[in-house]
Amino acid sequence: MSVNNILEIFYVLIGLIMFFASIESFRDKENSARIGTGLFWLIMGVIFAVGKYLPNFVIGILLVFVGILSLLKQIKVGKIKEVNKELAEKSAKRLGAWLFFPSIVLAILSILISQFTKLGGQVGIGIASVVALITAMILSKADGKTTYHDSERMVRSVGTAGILPQLLATLGVIFTASGVGDVTSKAISGIFPAGDHLLGVVLYCVAMAIFTMIMGNAFAAFAVITAGIGIPFVVAQGANPAVVAAIGMTAGYCGTLMTPMAANFNSLPVALLEMKDNLGVIKQQYPVALVLLVIQIALMYFLAF
Amino acid sequence: MEYLKLIGIVIIILGFAFKLDTIAVVVAAALATGLVSGMSLTHVLTLLGKGFMDNRMVSLFFLTLPMIGVVESHGLKQAAVNGISKIKNLSAGKIFNMYLAIREITDALGIALQGQVQFIRPLINPMAQAAASIKKPLTDKQVDLIKGRAAATDNFGNFFSQNLFIASSGVLLMSSTMKSLGYSATPGNIVLYSIPMAVITFVITAIYNRRFDKQFNE
Repeated sequence: MSVNNILEIFYVLIGLIMFFASIESFRDKENSARIGTGLFWLIMGVIFAVGKYLPNFVIGILLVFVGILSLLKQIKVGKIKEVNKELAEKSAKRLGAWLFFPSIVLAILSILISQFTKLGGQVGIGIASVVALITAMILSKADGKTTYHDSERMVRSVGTAGILPQLLATLGVIFTASGVGDVTSKAISGIFPAGDHLLGVVLYCVAMAIFTMIMGNAFAAFAVITAGIGIPFVVAQGANPAVVAAIGMTAGYCGTLMTPMAANFNSLPVALLEMKDNLGVIKQQYPVALVLLVIQIALMYFLAF
Repeated sequence: MEYLKLIGIVIIILGFAFKLDTIAVVVAAALATGLVSGMSLTHVLTLLGKGFMDNRMVSLFFLTLPMIGVVESHGLKQAAVNGISKIKNLSAGKIFNMYLAIREITDALGIALQGQVQFIRPLINPMAQAAASIKKPLTDKQVDLIKGRAAATDNFGNFFSQNLFIASSGVLLMSSTMKSLGYSATPGNIVLYSIPMAVITFVITAIYNRRFDKQFNE
C-alpha cells in the first residue's frame, strides 16, 4: 500500500468525524443557523471522505457555496453540551497525571514514525492519533457513545476556523498559478534588489510582523507574504524552506504580540482580567516582541543559508 | 496590467483588517486572483478544488480532536489545575516562569489549553498577586501590571512552542503552503527548526519575568 493510499484512509476518518459534527449540528434546535451549520460539516465530510472521486470543479463550487454560507452568517457553533464538571472532577482524581499520557503517546509516536520509517510525517500523525485515541479510551473507560459525543463536541467547537488553514494553503496554489510572486518581486526589486541574503531575510521577517499586525492573523499573513516576499527574496536565493517557514511564522507572531487586531490574545485577557489599561497586555509584550524579531532575523540568516 | 494580480493580497489584508467573514474573504481572494490573471471561471473553480484537495494534509489535526475530547471530558483541565495549584512559596516572576515552562511543554505535546480563560484568570493571576503583596499591599497600577504580565506570559509560551507539535495546524499549514509554492519543507524539519526560537523565547521571557519581581521588593 502506498503512502497516499494509507493517507486516504485517514482522510475518510476525518470525513467521518465531520459527519458526526454535521448530524449533531442539524439536531441542535437552539442554533438559529442549524441548517447552514449542518450543511457546512456535511460538505466538508463529503470532501474529505469521497472528494477523491469528485471532479475538482465540483469541489471548487462546494467551496464557493461554503464561502456564501459563511458570508450570510449561516454557519454558527451553536449550543455545545459542556463537559460534565462533576464527572471530570471525579475522573481527574482517579487518573491524575495519566490524563496527559495519550497526548504524550500522540506527540512521541508521530515524531518517531515520521523520522524513523518511510511512512513520513503525515501518516505518522494519522497512526499516532488513532493509537492515542484508543489509549485514551482504555484509560478513561470511555465507551463508543461518549467518544462519539466528545468527537462531535470538539469538531463543532473548532468551527470554520478549523478549515481556514487549509483554505489559506489553497490560496498559495492560486497565487503560484497566477504568478503573484513574480509580480511582487518585480515591484519590490525596483527598491530592494533581490539577491542580497540579509536584505531578503530582513524584508521577509519585518513584512511578516507588520502584515500580521495589520491583519491580526499570522496564518493569513504567512500565506500572502511567503508567496509575495519569502519565496522570491529568500527561498529562491537558496535558503532552506523549512527554516524560512518555521522562523517566518514566528516572526509573524511577534506582530501578533504587538497589535490590538489580535483580539483573542490581547483584548480578551483585558476583559477577562478586568484590567484598567486597554493596551496593558500589549505594553508588557512589545519589548520582548521587538527583541525576538531581531533575534529571528539573525537566526534565519545564519540557519537558512 | 499585471499588478492587478495583487488584488488577492489586497482583499486578504483589507478583509482581515476590517474583520469581515474570514472564509468568504479567502474564497473571494482566490477567485479574484485567478480571474484577473486571465483564467476562465471554470478553470479557477477547478484550480480551487484541486488546491483544496492537495492541501488536505493541513486538516490532519482534526484526527487528534477525538482523543483530546475524551481526555478533556475526563478531567484533563482539572488535573492540570490541581498540579499547578500545588506550587507554593514562589515570587510572582517565578510563578510566571513555572507556568511558562508548563505551557511550552503541554503545547509541544499538542495539548492546546485555553490558557487565558482556564489558567491565567482563575489561577495564575490570583497566585501572582498574592505572592507580590507579601511585603506591602499592591497599588492599583501594580495590580494592572501583574494582570498584563500574566496574560503576556501565556501568549509568549503559547506562540513560540505550538510549532513544536508536529500535528499542529501551524506546522501543517507551513509545510503545505511551501508545497503549493513549489518548495519542500517536511513537518518534521519545520518542528526541528522551531526548537531554537522556543528555547530562546523561554530564556528571554524568564529573565524578563525575574526582573519583574524587583518592583515589589523595595
